Parts: sequence; structure tokens; C-alpha cells
Amino acid sequence: MGDPGPTGRFGEFGGRFVPESLVAACEELEHAFRQAWADPSFHHAFEALLASYGGRPTPVTECTRLSEELGVRLLLKREDLAHTGSHKLNNVIGQAMVAQRMGKRRLIAETGAGQHGVATATAAALFGMECVVYMGALDTERQALNVFRMELLGAEVRAVHSGARTLKDAVNEAMREWVATVGDTHYCLGSVMGPHPYPWMVRELQRIVGDEARVQCRSILDGSDPDLVVACVGGGSNAAGTFAGFADATASQLVGVEAYGGAALTVGVPGVLHGMRSALLQDEAGQIREAESISAGLDYPGIGPEHAHLAAIGRARYVTAGDAEVLDAFQRLSRAEGIIPALESAHAIAWVLAQAGKEIPDGSTVLVTLSGRGDKDVAQVRDLLGARAGTGERV
Amino acid sequence: MSPPPPVAGVLADHLRRRRDDGAKLLVPYVTAGMQDDWLTVAEAVAASGADALEVGLPFSDPMIDGPVIQAASLRALQRGTTPRRVLADLALADLGVPIVVMTYYNLILRMGHRRMASLLAESGVTGAIVPDLPLEEVGPWATAADEAGVATVMLVAPSTGSERMGRIIERSRGFVYGIGRMGVTGERAAVAASAALVAGAAKARTDLPVCVGIGVSTPEQAAEVCRVADGVIVGSALVRRLLDGAGPDGAAAFTASLRRGIDGG
Repeated sequence: MGDPGPTGRFGEFGGRFVPESLVAACEELEHAFRQAWADPSFHHAFEALLASYGGRPTPVTECTRLSEELGVRLLLKREDLAHTGSHKLNNVIGQAMVAQRMGKRRLIAETGAGQHGVATATAAALFGMECVVYMGALDTERQALNVFRMELLGAEVRAVHSGARTLKDAVNEAMREWVATVGDTHYCLGSVMGPHPYPWMVRELQRIVGDEARVQCRSILDGSDPDLVVACVGGGSNAAGTFAGFADATASQLVGVEAYGGAALTVGVPGVLHGMRSALLQDEAGQIREAESISAGLDYPGIGPEHAHLAAIGRARYVTAGDAEVLDAFQRLSRAEGIIPALESAHAIAWVLAQAGKEIPDGSTVLVTLSGRGDKDVAQVRDLLGARAGTGERV
Repeated sequence: MSPPPPVAGVLADHLRRRRDDGAKLLVPYVTAGMQDDWLTVAEAVAASGADALEVGLPFSDPMIDGPVIQAASLRALQRGTTPRRVLADLALADLGVPIVVMTYYNLILRMGHRRMASLLAESGVTGAIVPDLPLEEVGPWATAADEAGVATVMLVAPSTGSERMGRIIERSRGFVYGIGRMGVTGERAAVAASAALVAGAAKARTDLPVCVGIGVSTPEQAAEVCRVADGVIVGSALVRRLLDGAGPDGAAAFTASLRRGIDGG
């Protein structure tokens, strides 16, 4: 997983399919990031901040009870324990630092589940920057508490009423806003998607997840690497950051788990959306189809272009988990290990629960990146479980 | 860099001739399929002083479009509008002015570069504007379009540097689209200062006509832009009137008012 070069290509995927008005901004960002990433003092400041402010390194936890039930050795990379509750902080701290180097005073962002929006609002507060977060109107309802969190942090949340009113539409609106404000505004994109340099830059800013986990796993597994490394994929930033630590340095099998209703790599075809060429859910004319998932963070009809490339060359494979099994995994991890996962992360757990003893041979070692914590999802899950919840009846 | 096409092209020839006769160029925009009588609207607009007509092939995620074109696109898609259907309709229409389609790259990619290019040519379309194909990405499409005789109209923006602008203009066919302001399509209270700057910079580099769009909403604004530019592209102001129920007569009347504006009438 290397440098995609000036054209931003991962094999046939990636690129920079943006209106001419955004080309200069993308070039400026690429230049600034290349300089920063080659600068040891930037790395030092970035890592110091992620440690003192973000709580890194996050631990790897061995799930003893679930492991026993499943017959595999299950390890979790605990991004749920990072500040703001998910891996998203790594990316926004890095981008806010790059934005400062570029002299931008304002951050805009899109968000689905709200985790990236909360993280961006947090970074904006930390760096004293203005912040506007675009969020699909459906998601502002599903994740009302996160809207309030962002507001508490000083951000303005703008509900997007176009399209399906979810993540895809929030990205459209953030890009439109960026065209008009590019002089003083940095678009803090939340995943390994969008035009070059975002897919590469965000993967590099997230690779700390995989680099830490590789070392931690070797310590736990007596010098070995896990047989499988599993992460959920919407746009795919936690998976890309995790895979970056293993793809070249180990022989671990890499597995990305998409939401069944948003499985761009599993059922999509190559196309161009949001500045990138990648696998997309679309109809025969090329109109983008809406994704459908209980998880707002995976409710996206595309996937980061590097994932499409990793699938094409066979270095990673991509599978799906459906809403029902995800709800089950959400509860099972909570009960068995005392860890309430984000609904997004529960997709990765669900696949392991379903495949232990099948596609995952007995006795395998499995690392799952638990990308975020489930506090934000508790109200929604209570509603989804409906009458059974809160009655004392086992749900 | 590819050489200029052997034939200057229908679109460039037509617009250049009009300009060299002393006319300012008016290119109104209509979203295809946004209402039952959109072709009648297109004919009425074409007959009311347009020098060319820009026809939008609606896309689900129009990144450079503001709320008006978004709404028209959504309405068109909800009516079942597809690129093939629109092009079949255009093939049968006689608008009397060159047609330029505006669409997003995914619709081209899905159909295939060569198939889309030849289908456009067969439908009588003379040019294409694909705003999410900047210079670095336009190659495969532009080659196919050149081969089919369809002009790929390139866009220059206020943020485009001088050296880059030269390379973009060299790749442009038909005319050069000057993005009048940093922002998405939509009506604005005033023309941005950047409109004249981008038009002037482009005109200094090419004999191709330079038309400015994005944020040109009224006859007065069109006239102002045409003091420097060769012409204007007006989309949202016309489409908003259609969304409000203007119909072919209202669209024609507004187009005629734009014509009078740029003619100094």
C-alpha cells in the first residue's frame, strides 16, 4: 500500500475527478501533505498529540469468552477507546494540522453516523478553527445526540435534505460548499475516498492503527501475525489504516466487511463519484443507487478506491454482513466481553461470528479493528429491538 | 498534447461565425426530461435568440450544481429520464441551433466512451461539457469525442493558473467555458469580479469563443459579462422559471430578454 503518485491511481482506481474550480485546491493539499508527511517534526507533533490528547496507543484486547465460544482466538484493536470514541480522530488531527500549515482557518466536513463530524468538531475546537459539518437529514434524526455533541463543541451542523438525505448527499453538499469557500476553508474528508490526495492521505493518517496493532499482536501472539485481519468498510478508513499495517509487512489475510445494503465492492461496478473512480452501486444508466443500512456510517454507495484495488489484485477480500446479524453481534459482544461496539464495527464482529469454524478455520487467530464505540447507537438499537427492550426480557 | 482536430468543428465554426459577425453569444441551459414538454421548451428557447443550447443529461449526484439544477435533475430522474431516451428525442428534434450536452462522467463511463460519443454524434449533438473531467482525466473521453466529431468543451476557473489555462484551452473544442465564480451553479444578486477576469485571461489565449457561466442570472448581468466575454451561459435562472411553471412561452420570453440584454437593447 504505497504512494499513488501524482495521478492518485491505485491500479485503475482513484484519480481526481473534480470540477476545474477544485483542482488547484486538491493540488495545494497534496503539496502541503507531501511536505508535512516528509517532515519528521510533523510526525513528531502528530504522534505526540495523538498520545497526549487522543489517548494513543489504543490497546489490543483478547476476547477470552468469545474466543472460547467460537473456537478461534479473537483480538480487538480498541479504537473505541480513542478520544471521541472512534479511529476518526487520527485523521482529523492530521488534517487539521495540515490545514494550519496551509493557513486555512475553517474546517468543513461530511458525516454519516456523526463520528467523523464529532471528531472534526473536536479538532476544530482544539485548534481554534471554525467548523461546519454537513449531515444527511435522515442521519441527523438517527444520530440526534451526535448533532448536539457537535454543537457543544462549537460546530455548526447543516442538515442536508437532497437525495436520500444520508452520507452520499452530505459529501455532495460539502464539496459544493468547498468550491465556494476554498480560499480559507479546508475540506476535512472523513474517509479514504474522494479525489486525490484524500484516499492516500487519509490512509496514511490512519495507518497508525495498523502499525500499532501489528506490533501489539506480535507481542500477544509470541511473535506471530494474526491469520486474519478484519475491519468494517463504508468508505473504508479504519480498514485502510488497519490493512496498511499488515498488507506489506505480513501474510495475514485481510478481510473488509461491507454492509449488505451498501456493498459497493460485492455488487457494485466501477464508476466515478465524489472525485474518485471506484466500485459504486449504480443502475444501468450510471445513476448512483442509494445504500441502505442500519449503520449510518456504512450507508454509502461507494468505497475507497484503494480497497477496489486491493480486491482486484487479491490482497484483500470483501464480504458482507446483514442488519439482523449485525444487531445480534452488537448484543453478543456487549454481553460476552463488556464492550458495546459501534454498529459499523459490529459488522466486522458479525462476519467473524458467522464464519468461525467455517471460512475461519478452528484455532485461527483473528484481529478485528473495533473502529468505534456503540454509545451513539444505543438509542437506535433500543428502538430496533422494539418491545423486547427494557422489559427485563432477554433481548 | 493532442493536435487540433482536422475539422474545426460545427460548434466552433457556428459560434465563431456569429461572434465575428459582431454578435454576443447566448447559450441557455435546460435540464432534459425535467417536464413532459421539455423538448417544446427547448425549441422555444432555441427560437428566441439562443446561439446554441446546452442540454443537461440529469445525474443523481450533480456535484457542481446548486439547488435549482439539483431539483430539475431529481425531477427528471423521477420521470424516468435516461441518456438514451433524451438522445433519441434530440435525434428527432430540429432546434435550429447547435446542441451541447452537459453531463457528469459516470453516465459516459457506464455507457462506454465510444458508444456515448457516437450516440451523441448520431443524435445531432455537437459538443459535450463534462465538469468532473479536468484536464488530467479527460483524455479517454476527449479522444473518443474527437473521433466522433463531438466537441469536448473544457472549463477554466478563477482558480486556474496561467500556464494551466493555456493547456486547458489547447484541449478545448467548440468554445471555452469560463466559470464565472468560485461556486456551484445558481442565481446570484451580482456578477462576481472573477467573471471578467477569467473571460479576459481566456480570450487573451485563444480564438475560440469564450462563454461565461455560473452565476449569470439576469439580462443586465449577461450584458455586463459580455463586455469582456464572447457570450454567456444561463442555466439556473431559466430552469428556476420552468420549475415555477413558466412553460415554453415563459422560457421563450426570458430567453428573449437575455438576448435583448446582451444586444444592448
